Amino acid sequence: MDAERMARLRLLVFVAALAPALWLAWALFADRLGANPFEALTRRSGEWTLRFLLLTLLMTPLRDWTGWRWPVRLRRMLGLYAFFYGTLHLFTWLWFDQFFDWPAIVEEIVKRPFITAGMGALLILLALAATSTRGMMRRLGRRWKPLHRMVYVAVLLAVLHHFWLVKADLLWPTIYAVIAGALLGHRLWRRVRRPGRLPAATALSRS
Amino acid sequence: MLIRRKPDLTEADVTDPAWYARRREFLQGTAALLLTAGGLRPARAGHGGRRLDFRPRPDLAVPDALTDYTDVTTYNNFYEFGTDKASPAELAGRLTTDPWSVTVDGEVARPGTYALEDLLKPHPLEERIYRLRCVERWSMVIPWIGFPLADLITRVEPTSRAKYVAFTTLYRPEEMPGQRRHVLDWPYVEGLRMDEAMHPLTLLAVGLYGEVLPNQNGAPLRLVVPWKYGFKSIKSIVRIHFSERQPMTTWHKAAPHEYGFYANVNPEVDHPRWSQKRERRIGEFRKRKTLPFNGYAEQVAHLYAGMDLRRFF
Repeated sequence: MDAERMARLRLLVFVAALAPALWLAWALFADRLGANPFEALTRRSGEWTLRFLLLTLLMTPLRDWTGWRWPVRLRRMLGLYAFFYGTLHLFTWLWFDQFFDWPAIVEEIVKRPFITAGMGALLILLALAATSTRGMMRRLGRRWKPLHRMVYVAVLLAVLHHFWLVKADLLWPTIYAVIAGALLGHRLWRRVRRPGRLPAATALSRS
Repeated sequence: MLIRRKPDLTEADVTDPAWYARRREFLQGTAALLLTAGGLRPARAGHGGRRLDFRPRPDLAVPDALTDYTDVTTYNNFYEFGTDKASPAELAGRLTTDPWSVTVDGEVARPGTYALEDLLKPHPLEERIYRLRCVERWSMVIPWIGFPLADLITRVEPTSRAKYVAFTTLYRPEEMPGQRRHVLDWPYVEGLRMDEAMHPLTLLAVGLYGEVLPNQNGAPLRLVVPWKYGFKSIKSIVRIHFSERQPMTTWHKAAPHEYGFYANVNPEVDHPRWSQKRERRIGEFRKRKTLPFNGYAEQVAHLYAGMDLRRFF
């Protein structure tokens, strides 16, 4: 793909990824979020965080399956969008659910495992977003890649967060967990199959 | 299992005047027709359901502002129609609520299966405005139309062994799509201790906002226990069972450490995953403080005198 087409694709993805946020803002003012709009805002921004995390994680397998180079070049933007929706999610919770009652917020984070998990995922995303620039990549050098593999932990925490918060219906948490499992599984599989790396070596010596 | 594809409304339903009076689907259709034909809402019809005759009970009306009719009828936890709050309003329309019968059995002198009309006939209806507090931290204020459960219980004469009453919701997956997945252990069962069931605040509701209950709100017959979390107020009741032992209730079975049998509204006892100190009244932005027994402590706290409410949550 030439530079011009890549730029156009980037723009397209940028706008498409912003669309859910714009829709939520419109729906809030147009009274289209139901009887409990602020709770809906928290829930939906959380769902979009998880979806963008999974989309980010899809790019590498997509390259492996198709040989295309462009998915990986969209990865950073998608990851930053996951952080964007996650920040929105956190902010709606801090404001509309907790009304910035800091002692209560700290208590919730410590006391409720699903909130602890969600907060952990967001802290990881914050660190990754802060080190996502070219300058930071250069500065961190060889440490950059292991740091950014923390996204796997973030997605696991996000899935867990979703699992732990539902009342009874595990259908959607299960769907997200299966997708996350497949995307992480692909990476493990790739490592096992490719010789010369550590997990591959152990796998080969066993077989 | 037979999947009914027959539409709720056929030409045959229109002809018989006796049916005419009972079919709220038909009446709603008529109202819709009038709306489109006449361009305005008939003054009498209110929100489109069949009007009920009732006596207002201002002495049993909380002073809080009523929750909008639209919110009351589109934001529902009725898992039989799906776990999304909008699903019941979208999917409950096809539930057949007429004919309807209720089985009364167990420790009772006059057991039997009663047609809904016969069950309701002796009981004059009244309007009571109650707070409803969901375990999920939201609340509403709803003008219910109904009659005290105690009056019905007295009529069917429970035996001296009857210590608890259990209620069962209709199980009909062909009309209740949520029941096709095992989200909860269907059919839904809820229960009360006998003194709770006999309490004058405990209501069997057949309507809200002056009209017959919309299906998504638990038509044609539901329980309303205003000092307990909403999930105790079981919808679309088909069975009332009297027993000596405490019944196993659906949410308690699903998550025993999260939902107790009593489920009294209590700001001091957290749900394991969230605090119950505050609630959002639907239609409001700021959260309110949740009141012990949902504000009905004066009337009901004595029922639990001496009980450890942390243990019996």
